[in-house]
Amino acid sequence: MSLTQSIDYAAISPPLVVVVTAVAVLLADLFVSAEVRRRLLAPLALAGTLGALGATAWLATGPARSTFCLAGGGCSYVADGFATYFQTIVLAALVVVLLLSYPLFDERERVPPGQVPAAEFLALMLMSVSGMLVVAAGRDLLTLLIGLEVVSLPAFVLVGLRRGDPRGVEAALKFFVFSVVSTALTIYGIALVYGTTGSIELHHIAHALSTRHAHSGAMSATAAAGVVLVLVGFGFKIAAVPFHFWAPDTYQGAPVPVAAFLSVASKAAGFAGLIVLLVVGFRPYADVWGPAVGVLAAVSMTVGNLVALRQRNVVRLLAWSTVAHAGYLLMPLAVASSQLREGVRATLAYLGIYAAMNLGAFGCAVLVRRLHPRLAIEDLRGLVTRAPLTAVAFGLFLTALAGLPPGVAGLFAKVVVFRAAVHGHVTWLAVVAAVNTVIGLAYYLRVAALMFVPADDAPVAPSSRTWSVSAGVAIAAAVTVVLSVYPQPLLHLASTAAQR
Amino acid sequence: MDVTSSSNFPWVTVLALLPLIGTLGIMLTPRESHDTVKRVALGTSLVTLAGTVAMCLEYKTNGARFQFVQSYDWIKAFGVHYAVGVDGIALVLILMTAVLTPVIILASWHEAEDGKRGVRTFFALLLATEAIILGVFGSLDVFLFYVLFEAMLIPIYFLIGSYGGPRRSYAAVKFLLYSLAGGLLMLVAVIALFVVSAHRLKHGTFDYRALLAGDLHIGHGEQVALFLGFFIAFAIKAPLWPFHTWLPDAAAEAPTGVAVMLVGVLDKVGTFGFLRFCIPLFPWAARELAPYILGLCVTGILYGALLAIGQRDMKRLVAYSSVSHFGFIALGIFAFTTQGGSGATLYMVNHAFSTGALFLVVGFLASRRGSRMIDDFGGAAKVAPWLGAAVLVAGLSALSLPGLSTFVSEFLVLVGTFTVHRWFAVVAIFGIVLAAVYVLWMVQRTIHGPVREGIETFRDLGSREAWVIAPVLAVIVVLGIYPKPLLDAINPAVKHTFSTVRPHDPAPSVPVTLGGPR
Repeated sequence: MSLTQSIDYAAISPPLVVVVTAVAVLLADLFVSAEVRRRLLAPLALAGTLGALGATAWLATGPARSTFCLAGGGCSYVADGFATYFQTIVLAALVVVLLLSYPLFDERERVPPGQVPAAEFLALMLMSVSGMLVVAAGRDLLTLLIGLEVVSLPAFVLVGLRRGDPRGVEAALKFFVFSVVSTALTIYGIALVYGTTGSIELHHIAHALSTRHAHSGAMSATAAAGVVLVLVGFGFKIAAVPFHFWAPDTYQGAPVPVAAFLSVASKAAGFAGLIVLLVVGFRPYADVWGPAVGVLAAVSMTVGNLVALRQRNVVRLLAWSTVAHAGYLLMPLAVASSQLREGVRATLAYLGIYAAMNLGAFGCAVLVRRLHPRLAIEDLRGLVTRAPLTAVAFGLFLTALAGLPPGVAGLFAKVVVFRAAVHGHVTWLAVVAAVNTVIGLAYYLRVAALMFVPADDAPVAPSSRTWSVSAGVAIAAAVTVVLSVYPQPLLHLASTAAQR
Repeated sequence: MDVTSSSNFPWVTVLALLPLIGTLGIMLTPRESHDTVKRVALGTSLVTLAGTVAMCLEYKTNGARFQFVQSYDWIKAFGVHYAVGVDGIALVLILMTAVLTPVIILASWHEAEDGKRGVRTFFALLLATEAIILGVFGSLDVFLFYVLFEAMLIPIYFLIGSYGGPRRSYAAVKFLLYSLAGGLLMLVAVIALFVVSAHRLKHGTFDYRALLAGDLHIGHGEQVALFLGFFIAFAIKAPLWPFHTWLPDAAAEAPTGVAVMLVGVLDKVGTFGFLRFCIPLFPWAARELAPYILGLCVTGILYGALLAIGQRDMKRLVAYSSVSHFGFIALGIFAFTTQGGSGATLYMVNHAFSTGALFLVVGFLASRRGSRMIDDFGGAAKVAPWLGAAVLVAGLSALSLPGLSTFVSEFLVLVGTFTVHRWFAVVAIFGIVLAAVYVLWMVQRTIHGPVREGIETFRDLGSREAWVIAPVLAVIVVLGIYPKPLLDAINPAVKHTFSTVRPHDPAPSVPVTLGGPR
């Protein structure tokens, strides 16, 4: 192993740009006046994100680039189609989340429980995103693990950043404890896998496992235990049942934009790591993790949907719905190993559509919160007369999450994962998902219908401070509409990203 | 695909886009300029009508089965196409929609003027509804049809829920829930059809013509399940007894123009769906289940008519009479004879105008008296003779007086049914008798008899109202005397539709003299 490595800075430019922006935001906070700060910091973070997005787009058009390579072959960081697909989703999600968060650090903000410190919030979010970008491109166990930790540590603080808000502190603590436990399990699993294979590089692991699997009994069992433990660790990250307990409380306690961030960007990063590990590293053990993933998927969607039925708070409802969607996202990964490529493609396509519609739904929750700070579902009654555009957008996102017109994008997403499951010979899982889709309809449509119950209220003029939130929701809505009308490009991108 | 197609002009796309452009135009006009909004709406609908007439003139009745076809890949991964085109059935229904929309807009001229809700939104929604319905009738891709079928709900829901009567909220939500339930079943069937086609035809497709040509040979059990998925959705939309309970509420609470749009135009999508999807795609299931469906139809004919007799609210009366009429339409369809099918298709058109006329005159009466209850009226014809005459002609067309359009279609349906299902036809005839009872009763109690208190100040028909009702009544009279052009377009399409379920008509046991196949 050579001690000096040449680094391809182009390959790592997206996380690099994001980290530099985070530092710049912190420094700017020190040197400028409070008045300038408010107008400078958020646009600075947004510009950095857009820059990283541009770098990712540029990488996506070129050939795959690898860096941090070892002498023995194998690279720790690969910016291929898979990586850029996830990085694009994460960065695009960050753009929307930043727009949604803008009112949070406005000193004039009156909606309780008030504002958060802008520089810290923005820097932490950017740092967390840099971790996600690394996870998407990481190709060895340690890079993935470090990436995941970089995702999580700032996120704890983000959840509890609101001053004097006991719920936020509780949410952050819960999130922290669960996350630390899951990390411990993941590290233990990685140690077991490393112990049996002697490598942290995924292709080496796959090779070692395939020979090990055929021969030795005890070693094989140890490696299998390692695989399952890593799976458990990632189960926490993507909030799959039974590792989901942190999600509803954390989402509800955190500022709503942070919940949106966790439910889309953080989940995408979790899936990126999970897919790389399972499909590249642990592929020889597909007969071990395949059924396990199938069970996780079935339980996640069922529990998530059933509990969502009983929710009375908009954010909690969305939180449980994200648990259910983790199940739909896992479903195609449970297919027989010969069909795994189509499965990965389906998960990627679903994730792209899910990101748009879920961000939009949380964005609408931010808008609704300004009218109804409690965010009870009952408050939505007749929303269409008070805030027509918000109600129409929220209706679009909810029907998309349910998989019905006019949110046809959600229907396409569902069809993609169903088809993958049926082709991959896990028909039982497709049946479970079909039943779950019907349960999902019940609560999504109940909320959507409630908003459109005609009422005689007068429209409420939107406050001037919501323009950025509206812009964020509009972006999500535009993407959802485009994906509803013409999903072909996304499906194509997903399938090229899955060609590995 | 259709090299024999007479014209490649994309009529369907153009016709569906015209009202959408009008919608955009309305949204761009200033909020206060109500008159501009209305003129734009009326102008757009008239341009659409002109385009539709041009399309009909270009249509070749002996040409290809589907004409003016356009087909592009939309979502390759799912075999979804943007495929549009018309056969004779779709053609006459599009014409019907295009004729009625200007009437509806003119009839709704002063709707939504109470200042609470937007005039712009009202007319924009009406035009959007027209655009979607034209798209539904013109689509040749199952998925495209499904999306538009569901999309129809949205404008109508807001039209009823925001501009309707006192119980509008209840009626709109009930309408929405019924329709969504049906739509869900249809969605399952649509996806299942895709899976079946993927199984039988290598590549899954939603292209209607590919599905027809592919000769799917779907297994019997699957056929029944798929048939029911589509059938129940359409039966709710139509609505067929016992799926009709949303209709009286929705029609009674909707503003007059919207009620005409709903019952006259939009509900025809249900019966159109029977002809377009249920029968050609699942012939075995259609044949097996036909006797039960005919039973539902006959029950609906009698049930709707009996409940219409019992109504005191005129709008509800018209709504229940429509349940009865929809029974007739479905009866003609599921008899699987060319006469029955052609009669049913003609009935769809005639019903739109006759029920439309009834809703319109009821609207005129109600707007003068401030009540829809029959008991509040009496002797209106003495005060307002032209209004009385309009009520009378509309009523007579609803009871199928010979010489008026509904008679031709009802006769064809009954003859077409009689040749194959004698007893169903015989029982259905009682529906006509009951229709005479409820119509004449309403006419007698509202416009004849002594002039009641509150009626003596009635205005006669205003010029706008005359412009609204006169074209509708004219169509009723003209089609009663000369239905041949429509039947010429309808007959070949109906023969194609029934070609899988019953290739040849049974020899008629009753001589046919009127308007039958040449």
